[in-house]
Amino acid sequence: MMEEEEAEESPPLSPSVIEGTEEVTPPLSVSPSTIRVTEAAQDGELLTFIIVSQKLSGTGEYHVDRTYEDFDWLQQHLFSLEDVPGIQGIIFPPLPARAQQNAPVKLVRQLGLLATGETWTPYCRALGAYLQQVAGHSLLSRTQHLETFLTSPEPPGRQKVKKGLFNRLSQAVEGIRKGRPHQGTEDVDDFFRTEREHNLSLTGLSRAAAERFLEVVQTEQKIAVACGHFAASLQLCVEAGDDPGQETFSKMCVKISEIMESMKKNVQKVAENDVTTLGLGLDLECRYQEAEKEMLFRRTCKLVELETASRNAERAKPLKKAAMDGDQKAAEKDFEQVSVVAKQEVARVQRARVAVLRQALVRWCELQILTATSSAEQWNQQLLAFRGPARGPGPSS
Amino acid sequence: VCVWGQAEPLNSNGQNSLLEEEEEEEEEGEDLFTGSLSVPLVLSLSRSLSLSLSLSLSLFPSVSLSLSLSLSLSLKATEEVSLDSPERDVLLSDGPSPVTPPASLISPHLPHNHLYTHCSFDEMEEEDTPDLFDISILVSDPEKTSMSLFKSPQATVRRRFSDFLGLHGKLATRYLHVGYLVPPAPEKSIVGMTKVKVGKDDSSSNEFVEKRRAALERYLMRTAKHPVLLKDPDLLTFLECSELPRALSTQALSGAGILRMVNKAADAVNKMTIKMTESDTWFEEKQQKFENLDIQLRKLHCSLDSLVCHRKELSVNTALFAKSAAMLGNSEDHTALSRALSQLAEVEEKVEQLHQDQAGADFYLLAELLADYIRLIGSVKGVFDQRVRLWQRLQDSLLLLQKKRDAEAKLHANKPEKLQQARDDIRELEGKVQQGERDFEQISKTIRKELFRFEKERVTDFKEVIIKYLESLVQTQQQLIKYWEAFLPEAKAIS
Repeated sequence: MMEEEEAEESPPLSPSVIEGTEEVTPPLSVSPSTIRVTEAAQDGELLTFIIVSQKLSGTGEYHVDRTYEDFDWLQQHLFSLEDVPGIQGIIFPPLPARAQQNAPVKLVRQLGLLATGETWTPYCRALGAYLQQVAGHSLLSRTQHLETFLTSPEPPGRQKVKKGLFNRLSQAVEGIRKGRPHQGTEDVDDFFRTEREHNLSLTGLSRAAAERFLEVVQTEQKIAVACGHFAASLQLCVEAGDDPGQETFSKMCVKISEIMESMKKNVQKVAENDVTTLGLGLDLECRYQEAEKEMLFRRTCKLVELETASRNAERAKPLKKAAMDGDQKAAEKDFEQVSVVAKQEVARVQRARVAVLRQALVRWCELQILTATSSAEQWNQQLLAFRGPARGPGPSS
Repeated sequence: VCVWGQAEPLNSNGQNSLLEEEEEEEEEGEDLFTGSLSVPLVLSLSRSLSLSLSLSLSLFPSVSLSLSLSLSLSLKATEEVSLDSPERDVLLSDGPSPVTPPASLISPHLPHNHLYTHCSFDEMEEEDTPDLFDISILVSDPEKTSMSLFKSPQATVRRRFSDFLGLHGKLATRYLHVGYLVPPAPEKSIVGMTKVKVGKDDSSSNEFVEKRRAALERYLMRTAKHPVLLKDPDLLTFLECSELPRALSTQALSGAGILRMVNKAADAVNKMTIKMTESDTWFEEKQQKFENLDIQLRKLHCSLDSLVCHRKELSVNTALFAKSAAMLGNSEDHTALSRALSQLAEVEEKVEQLHQDQAGADFYLLAELLADYIRLIGSVKGVFDQRVRLWQRLQDSLLLLQKKRDAEAKLHANKPEKLQQARDDIRELEGKVQQGERDFEQISKTIRKELFRFEKERVTDFKEVIIKYLESLVQTQQQLIKYWEAFLPEAKAIS
């Protein structure tokens, strides 16, 4: 048996790790770092998640059950928050893709590392990390929607999403997407120019790394299956020992079968370690980069708006001049606000992702050492027992 | 007897000197591959006689034993029939078919030339396949320096692959008939050798060479462990003489090779028609057990193959991941994270090598063990078959004797001049019957002893492999621990 002195689950990503050391005073009544998605219950096609969080007052816990629709509801509402200046500049905490049983291949590929486990644990962890990020965000955590999501016994999003829900963000982006291409838009700000390039390369590289890692994990799982198969087949070689020669041979077969079984367990553990630490870390890194990419794109759109407004103001006939100028001023102010927020967000996410990767790497490394130590010990014991006390040539029983 | 070996494909010097031979070979080679391979010859699992029979027949549309070498069919011979009793093939290469063995085979002192003259197809024999690599095998025998068989405690000899096959042929001819389990030699492989000959310096041809070297080492060890075989003069010559006459008729596609295949078909027919009344249940039980074991081992070998395959895949995927980690590290702004990622890439490259090594252990220890035993079981089946043949012969002699006696009775009445002749015949036959009975008893005894030894050795072999395998597992884990412990501070240093 593999005994490991491991914590029940790896420590949650605390908001101070994710978000930096901001002093957070949200109206949220729960402590962000205690938010966990503890399990996923399956009822046919429906997947329900149990979310537990500690009250700030220290008087107890909230237990709520939510489906993916509820998470989506939350995310959509975050996108359409009013009274948040420069909201376009926020790098929104990335929500993992929808997970479902017997999902089509495309969806499974989307989920990548989150879908490799035997259980829903990695996926739950990713959802939990998302909630913690939202709860720990100075601007986003103030929304009532988050409070409702985490504390209300009634699920918030079960009613159909109103068609009229004004998702400013996507609308704005859509409008401009249909317009002229923006990739080539030169940035006025050096910081953002380099940031855009950097983000572009990191997005691709982190995705590639995550995919390679996924392949490693999947191969490990295949090895586990092959070992199990072999162990089972070996058992069939064991015959009732009527003669001593046969009996000893059967014992050998049983021995090899045991070794194979333990090899299977070892590889399974390694795969589990991989997914729950570095796997989750790489997955989150990918999603962070994507989220930043979207934010940078929105900012670029704002830049284009500004440039359009400036051009209009220049060309405006005297009658419309004042209005155009007003528009231009508004666009300028908007763009500045967005840029200010964007810069902060870039710094925030940079701190967050470094922290996430650090923790992932450290924890991964520690678990590898633990698993390897315990396996080495087990196999060494088997070796000593099998060799027998004296290094004699004859077979020991 | 301890055997170390290392095989090196001949370096460029060696290859040059053999180029002429190689060219000869290549011409044949072209014939081989420009024709159409009409018959897939992988008889992997089915040992049904009907299958082998029909296959042989389809190869020789006109089954004529006058076998001229103008056969233009491309034959992919019995190369990749890896687990299907190749020892039978080699057995027949150097001597007459066992269906009518010379009576003197029982004594192990057969002169060499006797073996080559019987096969009339030898004149048309082509140049033996010059396997283009030498194997240096060091046979060191410290414990047995007192043994008078060996001239010196240590000997280094260079041998070709065909030499091994030749040795096996001789041993098989001499000993299989009388029930000794002669270990089967590794198979020829046209595909593998062609790669090596073409001079490809890639991992697959290196792997092939290493696989063959290891197989030959195991073969030799197993043969030398056999107390009777060890005393054989040919084995001793093989181990000690610096020069060895070239083994002929080991080439798969020569006249002798084709003769082999036809004889095998003939054998198959014979076996199908023999129904032995077994008086000894021990043999029946054992045969059944070995049949079962054969099936089990083949299944296991399949399973293990897939494990080895996945392990190699893991190695490849780890390498790919290492590369992407390195690229990520290069693009990373944060210095400590960048360094950690680069370190990670380096560690993963080392881990890749570990996986590769583990795959090697999986293969060379476990898979090859199973394969060896599957082939050995082929030998076991061979000796059982041989016993059945001897029994058949005895029955035939008995029948003939009876006929002659009946005829003599008649003659007694009618033609007294022929009586003497008849009586002589009968006396001769009675001698033959007696010899036959002795042979049958002898082979039964020998087989019992051999199986007993086989089962003991089996336990030793498996035990040895288990120990080595466990050692490899422990070593891998310990290496992993070292690598990760070295990496951990780097990871922690990210701030």
